[in-house]
Amino acid sequence: MADTALKSTAMKSVGGLLARQGILVAFVVFMVGFALWNPRFIDIDNVFGVIRSSAILGVMALGVTFVVIGGNLDLSVGSMLSFSAIVVLDLHENPAFGPALAIPAMYAMTLALGALNGFLIGYLRLNSLIVTLGMLSAIHGLTLTYSGGQNMDIANQSETWFGVFGRGSALGIPVPVLIFAGLAALLGMILAKTPFGRKVYAVGGNGTAATFSGIPRARVVFATYLISAFCVATAGLIQASRTMGAQNTVGQGLELEVLAAVILGGASLLGGSGTIFKTVIGVLILGFIQNGLLLAGLEFYVQFVVTWIIIILAVWLDIATKRGKLWSPIA
Amino acid sequence: MTQHTPALRLEGIVKTFPGVRALDGVSFSVLPGEVHALMGENGAGKSTLMKVLGGIYQPDAGRIFIEERETVMRGPLEAKAEGVMFIHQELSLAEELSVAENVYLGELPRKRFGRVDWATLYARTDAILQKLKVRFDARTRVGELSIANQQMVEIARALTVNAKAVIFDEPTASLTDAEKVVLFDVIADLRAQGVGIVYISHRMEEIFRITDRISILRDGAYRGTLETAATDEDEITRMMIGRSLDLSRNAAAPDLGPVALRAEGLSCGHLFEDATFEVREGEVLGFYGLVGAGRTEIAETLFGLRTPTAGRILLKGDEISLGSPVEAIARGISLVPESRKEQGLVLGMNCRDNITLPQVDDLTAGPFVSDGAEISIYDQYRDRLAIKSPSWRTPVGNLSGGNQQKIVIGKWLSMRPEVLIVDEPTRGIDVGSKSEIHNLLRELAKQGYAVIVISSEMPEVLHVSDRIVAMYHGRIMREFTAAEVTEDGLIQAISGLTGDAA
Repeated sequence: MADTALKSTAMKSVGGLLARQGILVAFVVFMVGFALWNPRFIDIDNVFGVIRSSAILGVMALGVTFVVIGGNLDLSVGSMLSFSAIVVLDLHENPAFGPALAIPAMYAMTLALGALNGFLIGYLRLNSLIVTLGMLSAIHGLTLTYSGGQNMDIANQSETWFGVFGRGSALGIPVPVLIFAGLAALLGMILAKTPFGRKVYAVGGNGTAATFSGIPRARVVFATYLISAFCVATAGLIQASRTMGAQNTVGQGLELEVLAAVILGGASLLGGSGTIFKTVIGVLILGFIQNGLLLAGLEFYVQFVVTWIIIILAVWLDIATKRGKLWSPIA
Repeated sequence: MTQHTPALRLEGIVKTFPGVRALDGVSFSVLPGEVHALMGENGAGKSTLMKVLGGIYQPDAGRIFIEERETVMRGPLEAKAEGVMFIHQELSLAEELSVAENVYLGELPRKRFGRVDWATLYARTDAILQKLKVRFDARTRVGELSIANQQMVEIARALTVNAKAVIFDEPTASLTDAEKVVLFDVIADLRAQGVGIVYISHRMEEIFRITDRISILRDGAYRGTLETAATDEDEITRMMIGRSLDLSRNAAAPDLGPVALRAEGLSCGHLFEDATFEVREGEVLGFYGLVGAGRTEIAETLFGLRTPTAGRILLKGDEISLGSPVEAIARGISLVPESRKEQGLVLGMNCRDNITLPQVDDLTAGPFVSDGAEISIYDQYRDRLAIKSPSWRTPVGNLSGGNQQKIVIGKWLSMRPEVLIVDEPTRGIDVGSKSEIHNLLRELAKQGYAVIVISSEMPEVLHVSDRIVAMYHGRIMREFTAAEVTEDGLIQAISGLTGDAA
C-alpha cells in the first residue's frame, strides 16, 4: 500500500513537472534521443549552426509573442520580411541613401506596415486573422511592385560594411545570434517586468476586464503590432545582410513557422499566456527538429509537413490541458 | 380543476454547487389546466429548479414525475420528448432562418431523399401562428422581428408538440401592454386545453391576473403554496423575504459628509431616462430594481463606459464628462462590475497582479514594475479584506467566488476612490462571504467613502443602504430613506405599481 502511495506521489510530481515545464522536458528528451541516435547532432558546430540559422525565425517570433499574448495573430510577418529585405537592399544600392540611411528608412517603412495592422485591429476592431492574412498578400504585392519583380543584389559586396549583421561575428559568436539574444533579453524584460508587459497579458487574458480596469486596449494592441514589425525589420536586416541579396519571396511561409515556434513555446492562441523565454525554447526546438530531419537524410521539403504536425500537436496539447481531456468532440 | 393527477410533480429536489446549496429539497406540482406561479427573489433557486427540470442540471437528490410517471431528464431534447416545454427569458432563435424553420428546428418535415417538405412546413407553422394571432407569417426571417414577436416564435415552438407542461420564464420582460394581452390569451388557451403552466415572474399585477396558485422559494427552499384568490401582496412578499430585517442600525443618522457625486437628469437613450440622485460621503446609496431596469447602465455611465445622451454628472460640485474608464478612474470613480469573471478579473493572472492592474503604471522603480510595492499593496488588502489565498502567485481563477469578489473590491479600494460603485456585490457567492462583504460596505461608508450599491436582492439592499433608489423600466420610481422603506413599498415601486408615489 505504502508503495502505491509513494508511486502515486511520484507520478503526481512528474505530472506537475510536465504541466509546468512540459516544453523543456520535451526538449531535453528530444535532444538526448536524437543525440543517442546520431552523435553528430550534438556536435558543437552543428549546435551553433542550428542556433545561427534559427536567429531570423527567432527574432520574428519574439515580436509575434507579444501579439499572441495580446490575444491576436500576425500572419503578415513572412511577407513583411520579404518587403524589408528587398527595401533595404534596394536603398543600399541607391546612391542617395547608402547603407547608413537605407537601414533607418527600411525600419520606418516596415513599422508603418505594422502600424497599419495595429490600427485596423486595435482601433477599427477588425479580426486579426483576416487583417493580417490580407496584409500577407497585400505586402507581397507591394514588394513585387516595389522591385518590379526583380531580385535585389548588392553589386560590390566587398566594399560595404552592410554584411556585418548577417555574416559578422564578435568574440567568436555570430552577430545574428548576438542580435537574437540581445533582443530576447530586452523584450523579455519589457514583457515580464514593465507596466506595458503586464497590460499585454491583461488585454489578452481578459480584454473586457482590462477595459474595466482602465487599460487602453486599443493602444496596447497597436503597440504589440509595432513591436512585431520592429522585430520583422530586424530579421529582414539580418536576412539581407547575410545573403547580400534577396528574392521577392524570401520570407514566404515563415509566418507559419514563427507561429509554430510561439505555440510550441507554450503561448496560448487564446491570449494571456506565454513568455519570451518559452518562445526562445520553441524556436530552438523547431530548429533542432528541422536539423534532425536533415541529418536523418530526409528531404528539406518534409519539414513543411512536420511543421504542420508540430502546430497541431502543440495546439491540441494546449487545449487538452485546459479541458483536462484529450478526446473532446464538438457536442 | 377536476383532475387530480399533476401534469408535473417535483419531489425533494436537491442541487448543490461548490459552496452553495442552490436547492434544498424543493417539492412542487402543477395540475393540468392550472397556471402556477413560481416566485422568489433573484437567487432563490427558481432558475436552478427550471434547469433541473429541463435536464440542464442533474439533481443531487429528488425525483421528477410527468403525469405521475417518474422521469429522468438527461437533456433538453428529453424534456421536450416528455412534453415539457420552456419559453425562456433569453431567446434562443436562429436569426438568419425563417420563422417556420425555427419553429420546427431539428424536425423539419421531409419528403423523399431527405428533401425538406416546405409546403407542409409553412402550412403547419401558419396554422400555429394563426392561433397566436400574430401579424407575421411562417416565411418571415426571424431577424426582422421585434423581440416580442421573436418570443411569439418561441411560444409557437412550444405548441408544436403535445405539451403537458409549459414553463414561462419572465415572459413579459420585454413586451408592451398590447403584446401582453395576446400572451395572456395564449396562456388561457393552453390552460383550457389542459396543459399545466408554470409562470415565473416578479410582477404582482400579472400574478394576480392570470395565476391559480403561487409557490414560493426562498434561499433554495420551498416555502409553501398559496391560492391566488385567497392571498395578497403582503403575504407573498413576507414569504419571499422571510424575515423582518433589522434596520435600526441605519435609523441613527450616519455622519454624512458633503455630496460626493450627483447626477442630474441623466439619460442614456432608452436604457435609462432622467435619473437624478446624489450620494454623500459616508453614505451607502442602494439601487434596487429588476434585471434590465437600467441600474447597471447607470453605473456604466458613471464609470465612463457609456456616453450619456442628456443630463450632467457632478463630482464634488464640479460638472465632469467621462469619455472612458481611464478618465473616471483618474477622477476617483471606481466600479466593481456586475460580472466578476467576465468584467472584474483576468482569471489566469495571479492575485497580486489583478489587484494592482489599474495602477500598475504608478508602481514602478525605474522602467520596471516594483515587486516590493506590488506585494505590499497585495498584503495590505489581503489582511484588510481577509482574502484567503495560498499566495499572491495563485491565479485568481483558483479562488472561491467570495475571495474572487474580495480581490475585485481590493483592486478598487487600493485606488482610494472618491466614489465606489458596487454592482451586485454578492452574486453567486456563499453566505459567509456575503455577510463579510455587507459588513465591509458598511465599514467603508463609516470611513467616509461614498458608496453606491446595486443589487437585485432585497435583503441585501435593505441591509447595506442608507437610502434606496427604486428603478423600473429605466426610470427612478421612488427614493426611500432607511426609516421609511418597506418591503411592500419597494416591490411595488420596482414593479411599476406606484403611480401615486414620487
